[in-house]
Amino acid sequence: MKDNPILRVSAKILFAPMIVYGLYVQFHGDFGPGGGFQAGVIVAAAFVLHGLIFGLAETKKVAPPYLVQTIMALGVLLYGGVGVVNMLLGGLYLDYNVLAHEAAHGQHRGILLVEFGVGLTVASTVLALFYAFAGFDETRQKKMETPNV
Amino acid sequence: MTVLIIDLVLVSCMLAVAVMVASFHRLFTVVVMTGAYSLISAAMFVNLDAVDVAFTEAAVGAGFSTVLYLAAMTCLPAEEKRGQALIGLPLFVCACVGGLLLWAVVYLPPLGDPAAPAHLHVAPRYLAESDAVLHIPNVVTTVLASYRGFDTLGETIVIFTAGLGVLLILTGKSLKGKSGSKSNKPTKGDQR
Repeated sequence: MKDNPILRVSAKILFAPMIVYGLYVQFHGDFGPGGGFQAGVIVAAAFVLHGLIFGLAETKKVAPPYLVQTIMALGVLLYGGVGVVNMLLGGLYLDYNVLAHEAAHGQHRGILLVEFGVGLTVASTVLALFYAFAGFDETRQKKMETPNV
Repeated sequence: MTVLIIDLVLVSCMLAVAVMVASFHRLFTVVVMTGAYSLISAAMFVNLDAVDVAFTEAAVGAGFSTVLYLAAMTCLPAEEKRGQALIGLPLFVCACVGGLLLWAVVYLPPLGDPAAPAHLHVAPRYLAESDAVLHIPNVVTTVLASYRGFDTLGETIVIFTAGLGVLLILTGKSLKGKSGSKSNKPTKGDQR
């Protein structure tokens, strides 16, 4: 599909708006529909589109698999970390009231951070799954060539 | 009334797509039809005013799952093998489960009933507090991330572990190239 100009150009045009839209859904989740889960999938969809049109190797240059796998864990850590910070500040686990001077502001901050953690994990997991499935043939061939590794 | 008509149209579309999925043998068609099925259910969620769920269904069900199926399909032959599938037992199980579900529907409270058990327990507090005290108009977000923060933490960990499991199975070292010898790959060109 690399040679089809229509697909190439539309993928190039769509890539940035998709990520911006993902960020909008991520950080506007308090006020409209959306949140970490949806935003993560939208951001990952931009990379999946890139991978489908330009090939897996090109996408792996933009988002290397080790980075994607690190972010998978980072998202969960951020979520759990917010809870631990709450406890250090004297509150209960995942009780965001203590994150700011006012309880409502603390809730805002906590929800924003936690949703961001969800977004990170979902986006990177989806992308890692795509890498694993789309690159399955490649990994298999490599292993058949060097079965003892 | 309009809602009912839209629902009827969507359900009949869904049924048609489901029959098509069951009867077609070309995998590419089946994958695309599964995506269409998810898209119709997303439309149903919009009709139920569950926009957040519809959003997720459209993004994950119609979008990403289809891509995953397509990626997995490159390792499979293009046509399903005919005449070997068991029909009797699956049909019986489907009929039983479907019958049970239909029976359960009779006992469900009507849609939007304020006296339904789901609306009596903690929901009124969430609805009253979210906008007035926390100034977050989208109640779904407050329930998800704050009131039910532990559940969402669990969900995030589930997603993480699921991803980890798939990565270990597909790219881990336990395969040792044994499973690869059987499949006859179709050419990618005629499918996409």
